[in-house]
Amino acid sequence: MKTNPRSAPDVSVRGLTRRFGANTVLRGLDLDIESGEFVALLGRSGSGKTTFLRTLAGLDAVTQGEVRLPANRAVVFQEPRLMPWKKVWQNVTLGLTGADARGRAVAALKEVGLDHRLDAWPATLSGGEAQRVALARALVREPQLLLLDEPFAALDALTRIRMHELVAALWTVHKPSVLLVTHDVDEALLLADRALVLEDGRIRTELKITQPHPRARAMIGFSLMRADLLSALGVDVDGPAGIAKPADTVACRVPDDAKPRRTAPVLRSV
Amino acid sequence: MTDALIPNQGNMLRKFAHSAGRAVTPILILVAWQIASATGLVPERTLASPLHVIGTFWTLIADGELQDNLLVSLRRAMEGLAIGVSFGTVFALISGLSRSGEAAVDAPLQILRAIPFLALVPLFILWFGIGETPKIALVALGTIYPVYLNLYAGIRGIDKKLLEAGACFGLNHWQILRHIVLPGALPSFLVGLRYAVGISWLSLVVAEQINASSGIGYLIMSARDFMRTDIIVVGLIVYGLLGLLTDILIRTLEHRALAWRPSILKG
Repeated sequence: MKTNPRSAPDVSVRGLTRRFGANTVLRGLDLDIESGEFVALLGRSGSGKTTFLRTLAGLDAVTQGEVRLPANRAVVFQEPRLMPWKKVWQNVTLGLTGADARGRAVAALKEVGLDHRLDAWPATLSGGEAQRVALARALVREPQLLLLDEPFAALDALTRIRMHELVAALWTVHKPSVLLVTHDVDEALLLADRALVLEDGRIRTELKITQPHPRARAMIGFSLMRADLLSALGVDVDGPAGIAKPADTVACRVPDDAKPRRTAPVLRSV
Repeated sequence: MTDALIPNQGNMLRKFAHSAGRAVTPILILVAWQIASATGLVPERTLASPLHVIGTFWTLIADGELQDNLLVSLRRAMEGLAIGVSFGTVFALISGLSRSGEAAVDAPLQILRAIPFLALVPLFILWFGIGETPKIALVALGTIYPVYLNLYAGIRGIDKKLLEAGACFGLNHWQILRHIVLPGALPSFLVGLRYAVGISWLSLVVAEQINASSGIGYLIMSARDFMRTDIIVVGLIVYGLLGLLTDILIRTLEHRALAWRPSILKG
């Protein structure tokens, strides 16, 4: 377990702007991620959340703005992206330097419950297993920042639940800073310390989730937070005659011309 | 239903019956051929009888004539193949791995490819004389293209997402080449190699029929002068067997090198 001082944030993004031709995807985005914090980034499709993650992964150059990142980062993509010609353990050790790479791979695979498939070919794995290998490949690098790009989107509902539990457990043990890009509001609420909604190239909504782990959908305030995030995403779950919500459960709507306030209302456990 | 799922004795018998069934027609043709020869319907100078061909086969082996000429042919094919595959691989790497390399290498190769390489025989004889060089050069020239074209397509067809993942996990250019590009392009390379082997025999047939004093092609051509159709048929069978054997060899190689492929995993 890491014992980083809580002083400087792990990730610091200021005024990040990214254009593709005439299309501005990110518009002066600001974000800090504290060391060991689990942040979920939500957004409609095309909102730029994947572009932002790719920037943090170093796959997309910073052309305007400032981004400070830890050097040790790892990514889990939506598709496992395993090399089909490498056995499971060799996929985990890909690009790994230092002694006993195989031993470290075995340990990482044990953590995701796949140490019995060390010598399997990726083509023989199920979708969930392949994604667990991808997770092990990221973990084995002991990243300071773990970037998850909709890693569970392509999995079936049951497998997704197990993956949520696995990721929550691994995060509790290793405590990397995490940025999870997702379109699944429930996933964000179950896993993250903070849920952000990206809109018009900026973070427009911020919601702190303080409930202790492990969480379940039955936790207090779940449905209200869910409705808040969904409405920030443009989905009105309550319909026109919505149920009145206590004011302090409403997610912080960041004004258009301001930076996101870091004093988002915190949901009180009753 | 269960027969199809559980391999039992009945199923194996059925498989055997199936292969035996496939052999029926070729055997009938051989029998008909033998009868036609024996009754004089097909004269010896047109086509020797199957039994005569088998007899000649043994005689040629006993004399050592077949083995000697086979070795000469094999050597030409392997040397030409080695040169052609090497050049094809190097060209494919140059043009597959860089845009400027593609500009430099691809256009001239595509232009040259438009000329049927066997048409270069007269020029090769003028350049290289009538020794071993023109024969090996012809094989080499013919085998460059299938290797080049397939490997080049294989390199360019690598999944961009895998390359991106490789870069993400800190691989440098050399490691990306070694761990992602080359293994990913290997299936295409092996397809090219299989074509190349086929073409090497084809070019050998042509090369050995021109001014050769040894080799299977020479055996066939000199048999023609004496109207020995039995020896000609033996030569044709050897060519056929060579093609078949090398194909099996490359399939085995594919099976081992590409053990990770879903099609092989299922099989």
